[in-house]
Amino acid sequence: MEPRSLKAAERLLFEISRPGRRGFALPALDVPPAEPPARHLRDDLEGFPELSEVDVVRHYTRLSRLNYAIDLGLYPLGSCTMKYNPKINEKTARLEGLADAHPHLPPAAAQGCLGLMHDLEQALAALCGMDRFTLQPAAGAQGELVGILMARAFHVDRGKARQVVLIPDSAHGTNPASAHIAGYRVEQVPSNEAGRVDLAALRERMTEEVAVLMLTNPNTLGVFESDIEEIARIVHAKGGLLYMDGANLNAFVGIARPGDMGVDVHHLNLHKTFSTPHGGGGPGAGPVGVRKDLVPYLPVPTVEKEGERYVLRHEAPKSIGRVRSFYGNFGMMVRAWTYILALGQEGLRRNAETAVLNANYIRHHLAGTYDLPYDAPSLHEVVFSDRRQQEAGVHTLDIAKRLMDYGFHPPTIYFPLIVKGALMIEPTESEPREELDLFIAAMRAIDEEARRDPALVRTAPHTTPVRRLDEVAAARQPVLRWTPVS
Amino acid sequence: MSKADGIYPDDLKYTREHEWLAVQGGVGTIGLTHYAQSELGDIVYVDMPAVGAPVVAGEDFGTVESVKAVSEIFAPASGEVLEINGALATSPETINKDPYGEGWLVKVKLADPKEVAGLMSASEYRKYIEEESN
Amino acid sequence: MGDAHRYVPASDQDRREMLESIGRASIDDLFVGIPAHLKIGTALGVPGPLSEVEVLAEIKARAQANRAPDPAFQFLGGGAYRHAVPALVDHLISRTEFYSSYTPYQPEISQGTLQAMFEFQTLICQLTGLEISNASMYDGASSLAEAILMVERQRPRGRVVISDRVHPEYRQVTRTYLGALGTEMVMFGHRADGTADPEAARRELAAKSASALVIQHPDFFGCLEDVETLAQVAHDAGAALVVAVAEPVALGLLKAPGAQGADVVAGEGQSFGVPVSYGGPYLGLLAARSTFLRSMPGRIVGEARDVDGRRGYVLTLSTREQHIRREKATSNICTNEGLAALTAAIFMATVGRSGLREMASQCYAKTAYARAAIGSVRGCRLPYPAPVFNEFVVELPAPAEEVVRRLNDNGILAGLPIGRYDPARSRQLLVTVTELNTRAAIDRLARELGSL
Repeated sequence: MEPRSLKAAERLLFEISRPGRRGFALPALDVPPAEPPARHLRDDLEGFPELSEVDVVRHYTRLSRLNYAIDLGLYPLGSCTMKYNPKINEKTARLEGLADAHPHLPPAAAQGCLGLMHDLEQALAALCGMDRFTLQPAAGAQGELVGILMARAFHVDRGKARQVVLIPDSAHGTNPASAHIAGYRVEQVPSNEAGRVDLAALRERMTEEVAVLMLTNPNTLGVFESDIEEIARIVHAKGGLLYMDGANLNAFVGIARPGDMGVDVHHLNLHKTFSTPHGGGGPGAGPVGVRKDLVPYLPVPTVEKEGERYVLRHEAPKSIGRVRSFYGNFGMMVRAWTYILALGQEGLRRNAETAVLNANYIRHHLAGTYDLPYDAPSLHEVVFSDRRQQEAGVHTLDIAKRLMDYGFHPPTIYFPLIVKGALMIEPTESEPREELDLFIAAMRAIDEEARRDPALVRTAPHTTPVRRLDEVAAARQPVLRWTPVS
Repeated sequence: MSKADGIYPDDLKYTREHEWLAVQGGVGTIGLTHYAQSELGDIVYVDMPAVGAPVVAGEDFGTVESVKAVSEIFAPASGEVLEINGALATSPETINKDPYGEGWLVKVKLADPKEVAGLMSASEYRKYIEEESN
Repeated sequence: MGDAHRYVPASDQDRREMLESIGRASIDDLFVGIPAHLKIGTALGVPGPLSEVEVLAEIKARAQANRAPDPAFQFLGGGAYRHAVPALVDHLISRTEFYSSYTPYQPEISQGTLQAMFEFQTLICQLTGLEISNASMYDGASSLAEAILMVERQRPRGRVVISDRVHPEYRQVTRTYLGALGTEMVMFGHRADGTADPEAARRELAAKSASALVIQHPDFFGCLEDVETLAQVAHDAGAALVVAVAEPVALGLLKAPGAQGADVVAGEGQSFGVPVSYGGPYLGLLAARSTFLRSMPGRIVGEARDVDGRRGYVLTLSTREQHIRREKATSNICTNEGLAALTAAIFMATVGRSGLREMASQCYAKTAYARAAIGSVRGCRLPYPAPVFNEFVVELPAPAEEVVRRLNDNGILAGLPIGRYDPARSRQLLVTVTELNTRAAIDRLARELGSL
């Protein structure tokens, strides 16, 4: 009998399932039984698993152990801000009265929820220098869409929707995707050799057909757009709006405010700067802040304070409408509010300072080992390339995979697109120096391995629950669900 | 070995978007060059037009996908699609293995054979990709 | 403030040593790229910092400011539903490896999330009777909007026909998404029994071509739709049938929409163990026939083999997505509702084949009981005779908002006043009954309504 190993493959629910097993019981039915008419009635839930509680708990507990997580160590994904998720947030989000508040409660019975939303909105507005925020978007990408739709409504209200959204070539993929869904054509603005927006190129492309310039600041190279006020002037001179993607706000929250830089529309990710957990791919929340001129276009409903009461206002004639049901990812708002209370303005500021210090610490100690394509100062993230290691036939992908053998999640790879073989590293303020030193040592070791034993790196990882998977075959012959063997 | 050392048959014509065109009678066969398939990596899917659909010189008429990238396929010349390579639906990797033979994409009834003159020869194309890589 | 914060390990000393190690004089040195006049010099009025004790007290006060009766005495639905949730669900999703991990872009160290999502996709396919499912959307409303855009991408007609029995918020969201792209949305009406009218649908589809016919099942008012007939009407006109499902527990008892001719199901998965949490985060479901595979938005997990031949799972078909296709992407969605999808998967696994059917049966039976009891109350009328799953409309002798207020004072949340969505329905109340409402609570509701 083969002994069980911690890395034994976990079977699927459907493979563990056994007829007759039950994981659940309800109280006996206390009313007369009734059934829908036969034409509506289902025969059976074919294929649905039959498992006991024990089976379910063991299955998912074992699955969880196959994952890396922030609570295990550094997760240096650039632009993702994988910071520590405070446990008190999980407690407050689950409090009775909040977690079990039905969205259709009469507003008079939901004053606690509405008050929290109102106060969160105000805090975000104060921190970012914007006049109001919508908390409705479920994630950053949905926030972008809301931002662009509001910009569109602004322009339509003034006579012309305009046709184009300008986006830097270093931007995240959601930017052009969101612009496209909002009905705009996308045009790129190149970056200069310092990795920032090329002002001359911007002046050339900024016409009265351009509705919005979407900017990430600091940009995806971790570089602050120090010309941002001039950029805002160029855009405003032609009647356009400046949208700021706040994915990288952790670099300067509490130190500077986008509203002071001339930003008209500002999106945030609560699951980045404000510590709400990433959940293996969500839920997140993407609030969007606006300057006064754009307030009429905010999605409905908004939370308003009337005297001492909080109300939901559904009527707003110029609103862009709704982008989702109900009011937003309230559970994430509770966590973000909890976090803001725990930190305050000074705490958030110190986060930014430490995040930037940590990134620069890594930059300094790896600059001799990995190629730095742009020497502009980095804020909270640093981008290296694999140019030096490529000479030995080792690429960014291999370096990333080998890092797993050292017990780290890899950084973001192959993004931003303007750097070939990009390795984007964002440590965040949550990392103690010892963890950074371990990471630096690992990266140096991999560089050394690349020269001494490149095959070891090229075939990594070696110690993970599964090794490199054939993504090509998976895409050519997609198997997207379990099917019973007949 | 540089990309320009790859095979670029002399009897074909080439585009700046890395397609090749073979002409016989009034029919053009279109495919992707060695450079294109090498840049894309392992191809997993090809999206092709229907038989009878028009193609316009310089405009895209389909896409080719690898795991990490998508690229449009541009028509070297205008015409009407006569035949598509159905085998690519189940074996898209043929484009990687045999880009000039079994990996052909579409056959087109050429609208204006004179358009072909504007395309690159094999040696011009080799020079072009040499410059592109630097 | 010179002290390290409990969430940030670097003490003042750590910072000094690190600055020295990289040859910088001060923290300010690192921020020279930010113009001095932009730097904040004042207090912004943001609360905090507070100790954990104080934080907990502040948020508890807010929780207590919400006043609602015991769940057994709440009859609210309308897109968010209370169901029994096994204790193990929250326990398992509280494992840090699940909730603090990122999107599984590096599959070798994310097999837990990836396999769980593959299982989720399978369960949704089984539930809906369709061939493919993604690993979640934001919520039911936006999922419906994206589903319609998906159908339009596949067969662009610039027009869709939608039932007036679809949740008003789902229709509003769809309008926002479709409006941006100039796609026309036309509504069709219902029959006297409350169900969507196939003849009206046929007329609208014949008037001008449309890519999709959209219904909700059970509909916003709880009624069971004639999915098979509507599928036929759609297909006869060359359109796809898109079915919105706001209450997926219903599918434990009702025929799978896929088996009845539906091409796409866009739904809300909140009922599967996700807290009602004042409206979010929820869970969008999207399932479709395999012909939609390349247009389907959102993340999809597929099976793969590693170099040693082991079975594993990966995010696949990424070329549909924004990080590769950018403006040509099938959607802009990036972060989805991963942990909510995991919640739903664990819920479905635990409740299982017999449990989900039992839960659905209880909802159906209790609702039938409540409907009969309330329908026979003097002054109350049931406008829609069609069979319902777990909610129904009652027309009251007085404005519904007023009735709800009075009953709330007596510790019962009687339902959702439909007038909030449609002023013409100011006396109509949507009453929702699930397995959590006891017979005693239902009897009391009927009694209170009778004493108005």
